[in-house]
This record gives sequence, structure tokens and C-alpha cells, in this order.
Amino acid sequence: MGGLQKKKYERGSASNYITRNKARKKLQLSLADFRRLCILKGIYPHEPKHKKKVNKGSTAPRTFYLLKDIRFLLHEPIVRKFREYKVFVRKLRKAYAKAEWTGVQRLKENKPSYKLDHIVKERYPTFIDAIRDVDDTLSMCFLFSTFPRTGKCHVQTIQLCRRLTVEWMNYIIASRSLRKVFLSIKGIYYQAEVLGQPVTWLVPYQFSHNVSAYLSTHNTRAPACLFELKLAALSASLARVISSGQEEEVELDQFPAEGEDAEQLEARQKEQMQLEAQKKVFEGLKFFLNREVPREPLAFVIRCFGGQVSWDKSLCIGGTYDVTDETITHQIVDRPSLDKQYINRYYIQPQWVFDCVNARLLLPVEDYFPGVVLPPHLSPFAEEKDGDYMPPEKLQMLALQRGEMPFKAESEEEEEEEEEEEEEEEEEGSVDEEMDEEEVTEEMNLKQMEQQRAQGKALSVKVTPGKMKMENKMRLEQEEKAEEKRLAIMMMKKKEKYLYDKIMFGKKRKIREANKLAAKRKAHDDNAKVEKKKKKAKKQ
Amino acid sequence: DIRNTVGNIPMEWYKDYPHIGYDLDGKKIYKPIRNKDELDEFLDKMENPDYWRTVHDKMTGMDIRLSDEEVDLVHRLQKGQFGDANFDQYEPYVDFFTHETMIHPVTNRPEDKRSFIPSLIEKEKVSKLVHAIKMGWIKPRKPKDSTPQYYDLWAKEDPDAILGRHKMHVPAPKMKLPGHEESYNPPPEYLLSEEEKLAWEQQDPEDRKLKFIPQKFSCLRAVPAFSHFIHERFERCLDLYLCPRQRKMRVNVDPEDLIPRLPKPKDLQPFPTTQSLVYRGHSSLVRCISVSPSGQWLVSGSDDCTVRFWEVSTARCMKTLEVEGAVKSVAWNPNPAICLVALSLGQKVVVVNPGLGDRLVSSATDQLISSYEEQEEQKPQPVQWIVPEGKDFEKGLRLIISHPKSVKQVTWHGKGDYLASVLPDNGNMQVLIHQLTKRRSQNPFRKSKGLVQCVSFHPIRPYFFVATQRYVRVYNLIKQELTKKLMANCKWISSMAIHPAGDNVICGSYDSRLVWFDLDLSTKPYKVLRHHKKALRGVAYHKHYPLLASASDDGSVIVCHGMVYNDLLQNPLIVPVKVLKGHEISHDLGVLDVTFHPTQPWVFSSGADTTIRLFT
Repeated sequence: MGGLQKKKYERGSASNYITRNKARKKLQLSLADFRRLCILKGIYPHEPKHKKKVNKGSTAPRTFYLLKDIRFLLHEPIVRKFREYKVFVRKLRKAYAKAEWTGVQRLKENKPSYKLDHIVKERYPTFIDAIRDVDDTLSMCFLFSTFPRTGKCHVQTIQLCRRLTVEWMNYIIASRSLRKVFLSIKGIYYQAEVLGQPVTWLVPYQFSHNVSAYLSTHNTRAPACLFELKLAALSASLARVISSGQEEEVELDQFPAEGEDAEQLEARQKEQMQLEAQKKVFEGLKFFLNREVPREPLAFVIRCFGGQVSWDKSLCIGGTYDVTDETITHQIVDRPSLDKQYINRYYIQPQWVFDCVNARLLLPVEDYFPGVVLPPHLSPFAEEKDGDYMPPEKLQMLALQRGEMPFKAESEEEEEEEEEEEEEEEEEGSVDEEMDEEEVTEEMNLKQMEQQRAQGKALSVKVTPGKMKMENKMRLEQEEKAEEKRLAIMMMKKKEKYLYDKIMFGKKRKIREANKLAAKRKAHDDNAKVEKKKKKAKKQ
Repeated sequence: DIRNTVGNIPMEWYKDYPHIGYDLDGKKIYKPIRNKDELDEFLDKMENPDYWRTVHDKMTGMDIRLSDEEVDLVHRLQKGQFGDANFDQYEPYVDFFTHETMIHPVTNRPEDKRSFIPSLIEKEKVSKLVHAIKMGWIKPRKPKDSTPQYYDLWAKEDPDAILGRHKMHVPAPKMKLPGHEESYNPPPEYLLSEEEKLAWEQQDPEDRKLKFIPQKFSCLRAVPAFSHFIHERFERCLDLYLCPRQRKMRVNVDPEDLIPRLPKPKDLQPFPTTQSLVYRGHSSLVRCISVSPSGQWLVSGSDDCTVRFWEVSTARCMKTLEVEGAVKSVAWNPNPAICLVALSLGQKVVVVNPGLGDRLVSSATDQLISSYEEQEEQKPQPVQWIVPEGKDFEKGLRLIISHPKSVKQVTWHGKGDYLASVLPDNGNMQVLIHQLTKRRSQNPFRKSKGLVQCVSFHPIRPYFFVATQRYVRVYNLIKQELTKKLMANCKWISSMAIHPAGDNVICGSYDSRLVWFDLDLSTKPYKVLRHHKKALRGVAYHKHYPLLASASDDGSVIVCHGMVYNDLLQNPLIVPVKVLKGHEISHDLGVLDVTFHPTQPWVFSSGADTTIRLFT
């Protein structure tokens, strides 16, 4: 007994958290500044485990921050800068109100500004850290660089973004680190491998966006300024990386990593070879872009893989050769027909370039001629595990990558295989049915006999030669195993059963979805076949 | 002179009033009664020669004809000339002061002294500035460099710069990478059909699995801008800075690992595996079955008001006993020296000598019953003992115990002399124990403690188990006290069985659970099995083999291996070994009773489909 009385909410989780408003008051910042600070420093709200305890018994919805995080913010020099800026705005407003124009001039000249270098360095202590987190930064910069320069957004910001994106693309081209490209309905996804880290970014198609609604809020600006700064710093560092990289292009000896056997090593070497091959996919090819195709992405992709590219001089500066150049191997065209065609070059649609990059080899050009119905454009990011649905085009591509014969034979074989499989399945099904039937007939016979006996009739006893009952050993074993499993499932604890059921449900749903896609595809293919036949019949 | 005093105000303010202002005396000036309409205006225009110089005065509401002077003034103003016709703007200029210096100035005050002496304060200021410039304190302002300066931040990577909190940092999850369906030219199976599109539109935006409708474009030229692009980036930015970041442990379990490793059923043989005999004959559902201690005979009671005696090995119905009511419970006397079967029919418990098997045993039993001598001092009994005569006697009925309420269950003590009956709706006299040889009945409990479902005698020791809806109470019959109360954790117990060694109890419940109690361990269930899908109707232990069976309304009988070890340290092992299916479900009832053969690993089950089945 005795001792001090324990008060509620003075220890434990309640004292580890602080609400947003309290944090703001502690830091003496306005909400906007507080948000900006949190964004810059990378402080996020924290969801407490027991919200009611932390909220001192109330259930009102509040945002909580960890007290430690807020203490960490207290020592940030930038907080002082924010306050200075606040004072500056106040002074400026006063000067305007008093019409002291010289004062306004002087104040404007001495506008306080702050640097974010130390924050970037603190949040991303190593270069790799920065690279890892650059995805969203890049996407935002590419988006900002497409904005119209109408004053809704600072023109300098747009120009800076544009500059940074161009620098980035130049780095990617110079280091040949682009790996995957994907034309989606949202924009173009690019994935590059920078210092071993995959970096993915999304570039919108070149159209004007309705910007105003979103830019009016501060929320996009604060991350944007951080993004810019980070990217700028990155670009400087990348310049260093590439300059050093060019110097030391020495062939490295290969050492097996620990715990790696010969097979894995071989696989890794093969992967390496493929990668090298991919980097040189367009080497020696000369492209010409027609004026209707998107110039920037295509030029970027082609140059990333060692191709030469040019465009019409009137379109944009930088075109190095003309349409009339006889050495052009491919002309990229996105219109159904052309007036004047050169014999010694392929006319292809832009999708060919992207598909080649994703397939890591030069695909046959026949499917991509102008006016032809294009084969589907597949996502290089989709990685199918076994059990997932894989579109047949992907199977074809994989076969091509393995170096097998292209399309037609392959697809036929597949069809045959499928048919065989189906047959097998049918056979199995029929076995089942047979067994069932046998049982049923036996049962019927027995019943009849029973009935006869019940009615008191003499049984027509007859001895017939018996039949050997063939037992499928494999099947029996399987059945036994299945039953064992079923019985063991009965003995599961409630909690584990729940988890098991959930996992199995997920698995089944996946299978269902895959089956649905396969069925859809089959229906589509059948339809297409029927239509083809009809057309043929009409022609004849 | 009517002059409006309202001042320079919009006259619309007086629109809704009958007057338009006030004159100098403060009286209202009323609007002219009749306004001119368009026609009047037109006629006026045509007829009145002075129309052009008539002006409507809004302040007074009168038409004023401008005089010639006024017209002239208007013309002059329109031309930009002075209003006054007589004003001459080109008059010769006459100086106000003469340009000549006069000998007598206006003021003749001498100049101040201070206008001749340089200012000290200014001098001080200037000298300060000069000094500061000389000392290099004041420098000319540098031209501002507005271009941002960038440099290689990570030129020198300092491992010490990594803060402790950096280890705690949770990087934001990356954006989900696009799948095939996001392609501008996806494979045809990824496109939504009409119904799917409709379903997509009707879903809430949060519920949608795909945030966009997959579309197909014939060429890259036709692809438009994505309308939600900025919205999506905006949402992403919000997520990046507003979402609480937390590491969530994803359960990465192989489902196969969750399945408990149990001994293989094959190794636990013998247990019933196949249905070998079906006993047909009843015309209504068979509520209860019981096997004779020798294992040769089977008795079954049904709702068609018959009790049938079967030979187990041939499925032949040896005897049919027609009784007055539906048979709720049958119990074969467990003593092999006595051949008696107890039946519960409505309010009666009937003890029948089936006359099957050894004649000697049968006649000995009859003798045993008839050897009763009435005692002199009769205690008042809660029930009535009747000795049937004549036809009933010939049918095999030996004793009738008539109860005040309907009897649900009868059960024998192991020795075969005592018989317990359950009357669930009989107030505080729900359980009665009868002694056969003395024809005496007693009510063991003074107070009822809930609705009694079933009772059972301990196979060896003088204990008595009473199962109410949620608890099983164990009473010591010698000490006459409650020894244990088992919590079943289920809603409504339907049946109970005691392990032949007496230390384990299983209960079946209507909420489809089978509860195993180990009396040595605790009063809480040792194990709860939820292997049936519907309510359990009966449970049974095998006398010799480590087997237990449960019958349920889902039409199946599940046989489990339930090994109880003599070693107190080892807990019982329960393994389901077989699901026996055979009974059909009728009226939502499946298997109603289950019992084991006393010597063989066989199980009998009776069902609502009027059959009894033997599984061997």
C-alpha cells in the first residue's frame, strides 16, 4: 500500500504521442508551415495501437505524431527561417500599406531564403538512398515540365523541372541504363537501373492538363520544391558517377557469391549476357521519325539502346539527317498510308520500338507495318508466378527469347498440347464416371435382390463369373492423402483454421480470376476464327 | 418652385413609393398621376415641335422645356467650350506681381545664422559613413545571383551522418507497377465486357479493383491524355506525406504448415470404414438404438411406435414390439446375466424382456423380477410401479414405471440394477433413479439446476453425470455432493458419453461442437472439435477400442481415434479417422443416434431416413 497515486494518461502510450495541434503550438508554426516542415523532414503521422488511450479517453478523430519526432523537429534550423519569413511577410504588408516604396524595395531585396541541402543529406545519407526514393520525384518533375507557362505555376519552376528532366534523360542515355518501357493509357512508364536500383517513372503524354484545381493548394508545392532540390542534387551527383564510370570500363572478373552453385552462376552470367545484348538492341540502326509520332519518348528510347535517330528539320532542332538519307533503316510512321516510300527501309509503327526493348531483341517487323492491326502491347512489369494467367502473346515472346522458332508453328504446337491435355482430362473424368456407374449398378442389383427377398420371392440365384476389380493404385493413394488432409483440417485450431481458410480463399480466387481471363480469351479467339472462316467463305 | 430635397441619389429608390421626394417645406412631392406610355410619347414626338428640347426631370417627374439659353449652354458644353458665353479665355495676361524689383521689399528680415553654418549632425553622419567606408565596413551591394547553385551533395559520403532514426525510417511503398490491363493496346481478354463496365460504374470508387477502365486504341496516335493524371499524382503526394507509415507483418505462411501433423489413420486401425449392413423395417425415423452386452442383438426404437429387435450379424428383424407411443430412448441392460431392455414411451418407462438369446438367462431374469416381495412399510414414491399381466406380459413387458411427465432418456447403471430416467419438464424432479429389485424410486436432487438434457452413471465408481444445457455436473452418489462442474463452452448440450475408464467425458452440442473433457486436467474442455457442419445428435465411446463416434444432422458419423493413456502425464490423443456417410437427410434431420458394438470395432447409427446402418 501507499505510494503516489497513479494518474491516468500520464505514462505509457498516452505520453508518447502528441496531437497535431499541440505539436504545431509547440513549434510555434502555422499549420501550413508545420505541414511544410513535416514534408521536408519526412515526419509522418503515426497510428497508435490504442487510439482511445492515446486520445485520453476520447474517440474524436485526431492525427497523432510521435513526441520524439516533434522533439527532433524542434532543433531544425529551418524552423527559424520559417519564422523569419513570416516576419518578412508582415513587414512587407505594412510597408505596402504605408506606401513606403523604398522600404518595399529594400525588403524585397533582402527576402529571407533557405537551403534544403542539409535536410536532403540528412534524409538520404548515402547516394543509393537518394536513388531508391527518386521515383515519385521524377514523375512529378516530368509532370511539372509539361505544364503551360501561364503563370498558374512559377515559370522558373517549370523551366527548372524541364532542365532537370532533360539532364536525367541524358544521363540515362549516356549510361544506357533504361530497361523497360511501357505505353499505358496514363502515360509512358520507364524503368531504368541506376546503380543497381530500379527506378520507375511515368511521363504523361504531351497534352495540356487542367492544372489550376490542384496547384492552388500548397500541398503539391512543398513536395515539389523538395523534389526539385533532390533531383538537382542527384543530377550533379550522377554527372560525377557517369564521368567516373566512363573511365573505368574494365572487364570485371566474376566471382561466385557465397552460397551460389555453378548453376546459379551460369544463370547469372546468362542474364548478364542478355543484358549486354539488350543494351545494344538498336545499335547500327538508323531511325527516322515522322512528324506525327511522339518525338521525345521515341528519340529517348532509341538513343538509350544505341540507335541513331533523326526527324524533320522543320519539326524541331536536332535532326541530324533528312528523310532522303538512303542509309535510314527504319522509318517510324503512325498513319495508315504513305505517299512516297523508299524501298530500302522498313516503315513501322512506334509500338515496334517499345516491344523490341521489352523483348530484348529485334522483333519481326511484319506485324508492325503501317495500317496493320497491331499485336497487343504487353506490360513488361507484369511478372507471372505459376498459377497466374499468362497471355499467349507473352508465351510467344518468351519462346522467341529462348531462341525457338517464331509464331505459327509454336502456336499450333501449343494448341495441340492443349487439346491433348483436354483429352487427358476427359479421360480422367470418364474413369470417374465409370467407377461411379459400376457402384451404382451394384447398388441397384442389391436393392432389387433386397426387394425380392422382402416380398418373399425366391431369389434367382445364379453364379456368374466375377470380374476383377481393377484398382488404380495411384488414384487410391491420392484419395487416401486427400482424406487424410481433410481429417487433419478438422483438427485445426479455430485461429489457424481461419487463417488457413483465408489463404485458401485467396488462392482459389486467384485461380478463378486466371480461369476467367483464359475463358474470355478462348471465347475471343473462337469468335475471331469463326469470322475468319466466314470471310474466307465469302471470298470463295 | 418645386425643388426636390432628396439630393443626388438614384431615383430608383423611390420606385415603389407614391412620392418621389420632399420639397423645401418637407412635404411629399407626388409622382404625376399619369405616366406617358409609348403611344403618348410617339404622338408627342410627332406633334410637339418642342419635343427635341423637352427633358424629363426625374427629380420632380416633370417635363421641362429647355429655354434657348439652356439649349445654347448644352451645345457649348458638347463642343467642349466654356459654359459661360461671355468668358474670354484669351484675355491678355496681367502679372500679379511686377517683375521689376522694387526698392521696398515685402519683408526685410536678415538671413538666419544657421543658414550659413554647416549642419553638425549631418557632418557627424557623413563622417561616420566615410569612416565606415574607409574601414571597409560598408561595401557596395553585390549583384544578386538568382540562379540556384547546385553541387554534388554526396561527393563525400560520410557513414557517420546516418542517424539512428534513419534505421527506423520506413520508406514509402512504391507505386504499383502497371499490369497488362493498363496498356494502350491490351490483349483482348483484359478489356471489360458491357456487364463488367456497368458493374464498374456502379461500384464505389473506393471499392473498385481497377481504378480505370481498360481501353484499346488502334494506334499510338489515337491515345488521348489521361484525364485523371494530375489527380492521381496529387493523391499520391497526399499519401506520401499524410499517411501514417507502419511496417505490417504480412503472414507468409505455407498453408500446408498450418495443418497439424497427426498420426496416419492407417496406423490407428481398427476402426469402422465401410457400410456393411442396413437394417430396414421401421417406417418412421429411428430415434434410438442399443446393443446387447453380448453384441448379438440390437434394439431400436422409432417414432412409428414400434421397438424392433435385430440380429446384428444378419440384419434380420427378430421381433417387433408394438407400443403405445413414440420411443424416445432404449437401453439394453449392461449386465450380461440379465436380459432386459428399458424403453421410454411418453410418460412411461417400460422394462421388457425380449426373450432373445440364452433361454436360461431369459428365465432367470423373469425369476429375478417376479421374486420381488413387497415390503411392509412403503415409502411414498414419486412414480408408480405397475406389473403388467396377460397380453402385455406375453409380449414381454415385465415392469411399467409410470412417471408424472414424459420421459426423455433412460440409462442403466453398470451393474444392471439401477435405472435413471430424465423428465426434462418436471420442475425440480427432473432426474429419477429407480432400483429394479426393490422397485423403489428416488429423486436424488432437491433443486433443479437447469434443464437436464441427459444423465449417465460412471462406469466404475459411484458417480453420476448430469448434463444440463451448458454444464455437466458430476455428483458423488455416496457422499451425496457435487464434485465437479464441467463448463462445456457451448450453447446447448445434446448428448454425453463417458469413457469406459471413467476419466474422460465427451459432449455433443446443438451448435455442432464436440467437447472432450479430461476430468483429471480441468473443468474446462480439453479439446473442442468443430468437425460437423450441423447439430450433433449423439456421441459414443467404444468399450474396448480407443474409438469415439459422433452423429450429426449433416448426415455423417465421424469416427475419431481417442486414445487415453494410463500415464497421467500424457494427454489424450484425438485423431479423426473416418467420416462415415450413408444416411440421407430428411426433414433436416440426419443421424439421430450412434452406438458402438461392445466387442468389435463396429459402429451402428440410426437415422431420420428410417434405417439403421452398421459400419465395420
